[in-house]
Amino acid sequence: MSHSESNWQTGLLEQLKNRNIPVETSAVSAMPLWKIAAEHWRGAAELAERQSARWVSGWAEQRTGQYELNTVFARSRGYLLLRTTVPEGKAELPSQATVYPAANRSERHTQDMFGIHFLEHPDNRPWLRHKAWKKHQYPLRKDFPLAGEPEKVTAPDMDYQFVKGRGAGVYEIPVGPVHAGIIEPGHFRFQAVGETVLNLEERLGYVHKGIEKNAEGRTAEQLARLAGRVSGDSTVAHAWAACQAMEQAAGMTITPHAAFIRGILTERERIANHMGDIGAICNDVGFAFAQMQFTRLRELWLRNNKQFFAHRLLMDCIVPGGVSCSLTDEACKTLQQELQALKKELGEILPALDLNSSLEDRLLTAGWLSEETAAAFSAVGYVGRASGQDVDARRDAPCPPYDRLNFKVALENQGDVASRLWVRVQEIFASIKLLAQMLEQLPEGETKTAWQTPAADSEGIGIIEGWRGEIVTFVRFTENNQIARFYPRDPSVVNWPTLEKIVMNNIVPDFPVCNKSVNGSYSGHDL
Amino acid sequence: MNWLMAIVQTGLFVILAPLLTGWIKWCKCRLQNRRAPSLLQPYRDLWKLTHKQPVVAEQASWLFIITPYVIFSAMILAASTVPLIAVDLPTSASADVIVLVGFFALARFFQALAGLDIGTAFGGMGSSREMTISSLAEPAMLMAVFTLTMAASTTNLSFAIGFVLDQGIVLRPSFVFALFALILIAIAETGRIPVDNPATHLELTMIHEAMILEYSGRHLALIEWASEVKLMLYGVLIANIFFPWGIAQQFTWSALGDALLSIVAKLMLLALFLALSETLFAKMRLFRVQEYLSFAYLLGLLGLLSHIILEVSR
Repeated sequence: MSHSESNWQTGLLEQLKNRNIPVETSAVSAMPLWKIAAEHWRGAAELAERQSARWVSGWAEQRTGQYELNTVFARSRGYLLLRTTVPEGKAELPSQATVYPAANRSERHTQDMFGIHFLEHPDNRPWLRHKAWKKHQYPLRKDFPLAGEPEKVTAPDMDYQFVKGRGAGVYEIPVGPVHAGIIEPGHFRFQAVGETVLNLEERLGYVHKGIEKNAEGRTAEQLARLAGRVSGDSTVAHAWAACQAMEQAAGMTITPHAAFIRGILTERERIANHMGDIGAICNDVGFAFAQMQFTRLRELWLRNNKQFFAHRLLMDCIVPGGVSCSLTDEACKTLQQELQALKKELGEILPALDLNSSLEDRLLTAGWLSEETAAAFSAVGYVGRASGQDVDARRDAPCPPYDRLNFKVALENQGDVASRLWVRVQEIFASIKLLAQMLEQLPEGETKTAWQTPAADSEGIGIIEGWRGEIVTFVRFTENNQIARFYPRDPSVVNWPTLEKIVMNNIVPDFPVCNKSVNGSYSGHDL
Repeated sequence: MNWLMAIVQTGLFVILAPLLTGWIKWCKCRLQNRRAPSLLQPYRDLWKLTHKQPVVAEQASWLFIITPYVIFSAMILAASTVPLIAVDLPTSASADVIVLVGFFALARFFQALAGLDIGTAFGGMGSSREMTISSLAEPAMLMAVFTLTMAASTTNLSFAIGFVLDQGIVLRPSFVFALFALILIAIAETGRIPVDNPATHLELTMIHEAMILEYSGRHLALIEWASEVKLMLYGVLIANIFFPWGIAQQFTWSALGDALLSIVAKLMLLALFLALSETLFAKMRLFRVQEYLSFAYLLGLLGLLSHIILEVSR
């Protein structure tokens, strides 16, 4: 962390002192950890906001007799963990959502899961709780059984208070949770006049699987497998983030060889998903040619995954302490040739997209996200980077192998669907460059370091740039190698709310392409 | 004999329509570098649908149930008025091109009502969009048709085709305008790209498909089949009015055979153009459709004017 980048934290610390907010400083691995009293929870957020820090993630944890609440802030390369505690008897504290809109749903998540009350929260409707458990039960409390108390058929959630539109000609369009096509469930409630969208409200939580609860009591290996299933299309990045957090907790470092293989897997995942997305965005505006071509390229890519890593989506390739697969010199050569072939194919197909004026007419200016809104909602990944948010964990929280590689973060500021598409294209080329470097420089070494049992109460935070954006995963161990708390912050958590803003002033039939350009994960969000 | 020919010709329309759809799909697949399904796939789909039990929404009224039959009947009647392989048939003598537009309007009217009938948001949205588009497309269609009928001094399609055949190959500016207008309208009215996307699963972007989302089983089969007939009707209109050469003027076997071959060739070519344009263009924004149809209307109007200015005065 260079001097100028940690400056904002020094400034923040001074301001906290000026306000007479006592701060107890320590660190989780390399990340500074500041503990403050609960009544200053919002005050500290206000000061962080004044330092233009980004809200990254928020979660809670039940410790003996109290709840511990955490928020991660970041600006440029400096990440900061803020922590407070509230007693079990009086579980309430000021909300940060009035300062950071991005914290809104995260706090509602904590409210549903722990029964912690956020004072003056702008919107205290339930979020993840539908009807799968009773109103005054809180699944992430330690007294809630691991298996839950599921009823045979979950009752439909009929009393969620959606925002209503009133006035002449205003009508409501409910879409989902079950959609046409093979996608995940989520409900969208539109208020529209004619074709113009007045308001969109998302209702998620239909794929809540209890991942956080299910993680409790698992061993490191078992948690890595679970993390790989948080969101199937980001299996590599989530597994890596979880493993990185666990290795931090155990005080381990992995071999350079394993780090490079992890990097190769992550970039391969990124390219596969970006190719699928580019095709799907084009298909949503009726340009099927692009989808067919990108589906073909993605399929060839996935077949090579199967051949060289034994799994099309690269599931369970990353394990605590290293990786479960390796590459021979010959395989590296084949993969390098594959990169050349892909570059050649893209060189032929991309001009067909770029020069198509009817496609341009649909994508340019559609679904505009301003830089201010993107910043307010802490948008990350291609959503943020298409709206001028220069955030990339590969550069900002560099871990091996990225600290040794050269690449350019794709950044645009147009903020429309076209911009989100072309950021993906640029990221594919950046990933090709990264892959070429990693395949070239792949160091010799062991694939796996033996797992060391972490000390009781040890914790770690993994930060990995998945294909959707920055993933921040918190892990704490109990004694005897068991997981006490696991919270993966999928990029969708911060990107989903931006979609509600993106469709404003667009017309109803343009929603699908706006949605596809964001392509949030339902599973990664609902946990 | 004439009546028999009329029935045979209408039958051909209904039977060949899925084949045309299959051919368009085949061309599109090949243009996208894909393996294409069999040309007979639309028939298999219809067969499959007729063997499925139709599911009807509880809120649906009789209107919802009769609509598929009304639409299908309207399309058959419309098909009987359009000369496919022979002119001078009794059915086409008794009905003119304005009746044809009327049949289309009747089918659309019931379709839109059925979309509203079940009370889903998608159905209402589809009906609203369909009516918006048709309110712009129908005047444009009439304008293009009037250009033809003014030149031929008749609204009867058989006579109009006869007129074009008698004239021989003459380049008429009015016909060129009308041809382009009719092509644009045909694309809008049959729900093809760039106006509507028949292959999409995204409810919010649908026009025609949104109205029929709640249909299933044989009801859906009838509506799908009617759409296929409608597509073929527009294809035959364009092919036979502007390029009628080959159509049978006497009822001899050889003339009829030639006529069948020539219309199949003409439709295959037209469908190839459609597939090509659907591959090259993305669907346009819904609010651009009005500009598109205004342009079609303008072309129709220009055809009419150029007929009056250039052709009548002589």
